[in-house]
Amino acid sequence: MNEALNILTRGFVRENPVTKMLLGLCPVLAVTSSAYNGLGMGIATTFVLLGSNVVISLAAKAIPNTVRIPSFILVIATFVTIVDLLIKAYSPELNQALGIFIPLIVVNCMILGRAEAFASRNGLWYSIIDAIGMGLGFTFALLLLSAFREVLGAGTIFNIPLVGEGASTILVFALPPGAFAGLGLIIAGLNALEKKKGGN
Amino acid sequence: MGEMLLVIVSAIFVNNVVFARFLGICPYLGVSRKLDTAIGMGFAVTFVMTVATAIGYFLQYAVLIPFKIEFMQTVMFILVIASLVQLVEIILKKVSKPLYSSLGIFLPLITTNCAILGVALISIQEEYDLVTSVVFSFFSAMGFILAIVMFAGIREKLEAADVPKPFENVPIGFISAAILSLAFMGFAGLVK
Repeated sequence: MNEALNILTRGFVRENPVTKMLLGLCPVLAVTSSAYNGLGMGIATTFVLLGSNVVISLAAKAIPNTVRIPSFILVIATFVTIVDLLIKAYSPELNQALGIFIPLIVVNCMILGRAEAFASRNGLWYSIIDAIGMGLGFTFALLLLSAFREVLGAGTIFNIPLVGEGASTILVFALPPGAFAGLGLIIAGLNALEKKKGGN
Repeated sequence: MGEMLLVIVSAIFVNNVVFARFLGICPYLGVSRKLDTAIGMGFAVTFVMTVATAIGYFLQYAVLIPFKIEFMQTVMFILVIASLVQLVEIILKKVSKPLYSSLGIFLPLITTNCAILGVALISIQEEYDLVTSVVFSFFSAMGFILAIVMFAGIREKLEAADVPKPFENVPIGFISAAILSLAFMGFAGLVK
């Protein structure tokens, strides 16, 4: 049980896919202009990761080593297609906001990375836990960055206004440069925090 | 002709793949430590991106739409890119050893470069015709080279800079990217 807990919490901070391993950064930067989009992307990616980890951990023994990567990509692409169709059917506005980044979940290196480094070498149960841990860590990072950008850039959080009408906001945080700067500041902040903790 | 010029300017500057569309961030951060590897990666990307977009065009209009299986787009495109990368690797190995040894290490990385799939999908979304698609993908790759080469230059200088401890390495890289991206925003409005 301890091992399971370790796998679950690992993805959250210690090996967070975004802030520590720098995987899957394109969607992280692109869709985080509002907290709602960030959350949607996080959940969609977690679903794909869960699906691919389950299938790959079950099928890993049957896949010859030489066609491993293409097979993994095919499994991932299948789940991405499912998510794509689901989002189109149930949330057209999220589909509009995430746009091309929904099919691009296929090339999110975090998912392929987990398939290669974890799911293909571990059993079903641990692979599920790993997917949930990593998925939550990814969602958490997206939420952090998107909340940061939405508050500073638009003065709202989940579209709920925090400042009065007509207050000036730092528009640049809603634009592409804000994504780069925001992520840089968050990683630097986490580094500083970690150092403080380590020093005690 | 004028329209083509707009596509070119837009692909390189206004909608730069890295700074405005956020595509290909992983190689952008990963291989931009040295100027010459950055250039090598840039050319490998240019080749695969242009060919993948052209094949994607035929796939979309000759297979997916006639058979009404557009929902297979993601799966088909990624398969094309993965096999194309493999093919390029094999051909390069046979035809030109020096080119292979300089580009070879980047090729496997290209499969998961979202700029390739992204640009192929964007040209379908924008309903470009074949010539426009090819021009658009080629010059998007030029935009990628521009971004990655500029960033590699900055990073070589940053190595010698005295950066506050928590900002070392990656965070300062992002901050520099933000400033570069801010500069590229100056091109916005040049083309719709």
